[in-house]
Amino acid sequence: MQDTNTYKAPFIVLTLVLILCFFANISLGSVSIPFKTIFESLIGTTDNYIIQNYRLPKAFTAILVGSGLGISGLLMQTLFRNPLAGPFVLGISSGASLGVALVILGSGIFGGVFSTLLISKWSIVIAASLGSFLVLLAVLIVSSRVRDTMAILIIGLMFGSITAAIVSVLSYFSSAEQLQQYIFWGFGSLGNLSWSELGIFFIIYSLGILMSIVSIKGLNTLLLGENYAKSLGLNIKQSRLIIIIATSLLAGTITAFAGPIAFIGLAIPHITRQVINTSNHKILLPAVFLIGAIVMLICDSIAQLPTSDYTLPINAITSLIGAPIVIWLLVRKRKMIF
Amino acid sequence: MENNIEHTILETKSLSIGYTSKKAETIIASNINLELKEGQLIGLVGANGIGKSTLLRTVTQVQPKLAGSLYLNNKPLEQYDNLELAQAMSLVLTEQIASKNLSVFELVALGRQPYTNWVGSLSETDISIINKAITQTNIEDLKHKRCFELSDGQLQKVMIARALAQDTDLIILDEPTSHLDMYHKAYILKLLQKLAKETGKTILFSSHEIDLAIQLCDTMIVMTKTEVVSNSPANLIKQGAFNNLFPSDLIVFDEVSGSFRVKK
Repeated sequence: MQDTNTYKAPFIVLTLVLILCFFANISLGSVSIPFKTIFESLIGTTDNYIIQNYRLPKAFTAILVGSGLGISGLLMQTLFRNPLAGPFVLGISSGASLGVALVILGSGIFGGVFSTLLISKWSIVIAASLGSFLVLLAVLIVSSRVRDTMAILIIGLMFGSITAAIVSVLSYFSSAEQLQQYIFWGFGSLGNLSWSELGIFFIIYSLGILMSIVSIKGLNTLLLGENYAKSLGLNIKQSRLIIIIATSLLAGTITAFAGPIAFIGLAIPHITRQVINTSNHKILLPAVFLIGAIVMLICDSIAQLPTSDYTLPINAITSLIGAPIVIWLLVRKRKMIF
Repeated sequence: MENNIEHTILETKSLSIGYTSKKAETIIASNINLELKEGQLIGLVGANGIGKSTLLRTVTQVQPKLAGSLYLNNKPLEQYDNLELAQAMSLVLTEQIASKNLSVFELVALGRQPYTNWVGSLSETDISIINKAITQTNIEDLKHKRCFELSDGQLQKVMIARALAQDTDLIILDEPTSHLDMYHKAYILKLLQKLAKETGKTILFSSHEIDLAIQLCDTMIVMTKTEVVSNSPANLIKQGAFNNLFPSDLIVFDEVSGSFRVKK
């Protein structure tokens, strides 16, 4: 496709901004840490407990969450040929929520020794991944029967409603403690991961990213629509499956480890297209990665309410910050690029 | 007898087309025998609902044939895999492309997908083929525009350039002139005629522009309820093939001018 060198400058700028945001994110919080200390801690000359065990894993989590959700949103928008698509809109997050609800709230119903086995972090991760995968698969099966993309979005919303209904039934039978645990999971959190958890997160995330990279050519072909893509020799079924598995791996694990983070998956691809005007996924994918990571780091820094002892739910911040940005970009440019 | 020397690109033998459902087969047309030669412009005409699209969908393997055989370059069509078929046959469809934010160059470049590596990088050869396709379709000045900025006529030229870049022996276009004005209808068909001559590719298109097709095509395929005939336009007029194309209560074919007239 078009000369890759044209996009060198924005990529350099974005990378620098990402590094800056990364350091700012580590620096800001209830206790401010000067950049110098962060740098020394990173190269290992000083030990800083807060940086090494709290701020650093949190910053890495923010990068993985922002880039992963952005990329899964991009995959969905191209696959469904719909600028409104995203993991959240299509019910993937709802699926993950249902999985987690079944584990946290359902454990009370299944009861006994079984419940303590179920409620480990890993079972939550597995339940969320499985839930998101099943919902996405269901959406895909339905979408192969109805050709109308709007119908698919409504079906995604319906899955969301079903999830909410099941969750309220489960809540009715659950203890206050379990409810609280589920609600806190729903707020989203970037700061609860240990290094070993982050390791597992990173492995699954990398797998999702790898599959997204493999799909780049197919995604570009899909920009013409499925019939043209087929006439260009693309194996539609196979590409679709890879794209869906990549999305469910990314959206599923992110929701599992960090909770259902709203809005990022939908907004980041649009913000990216406004910053770098292209539809070429070879350019878009890395750009979405950088911008997703940057936005998430900024959102997290704000959520920490620097110098105060309070932390806001990250889920609220992503929408509060993200929605006005998208509105502003669209009003300013007066057109939706897709 | 010159025709016999020319290479046959697409051949159908006793082909039946239509739809199969759980209960029954709906045959739309049967006993279709066609031979499309190298370097020819072939127009497929017929009334609405007669089965032009079904024929094109069958030839392009979007839907299965009911009976008979289909050969592309003397090889049975069903023996082609996706990628081989993409290197032998390119399409221009009536449907809109999903993303109109692609630049013209990017869109034409997508025609090289069957030849590029796993990430779709363009080689020097790819780029020169793309540029050639852009030159042949006279869209150099649009090269850096985005597709949403183009008129219907311009977009159609770009889609033809994309099919050219795919570098296949056969190009099939489904109603390439629909919703274009009279000038651009003639322009597009004239362009196709030029391309068939220059590149030696076989170009098959379906159209309702019977008058224009008669003037420009080397061969025409006329579909009626009873039969599918193909010949040169002059011979088809002699055979009276166009007379039965439509119900005769409103329009009649005038053999002298080669066009349809409204009954007074």
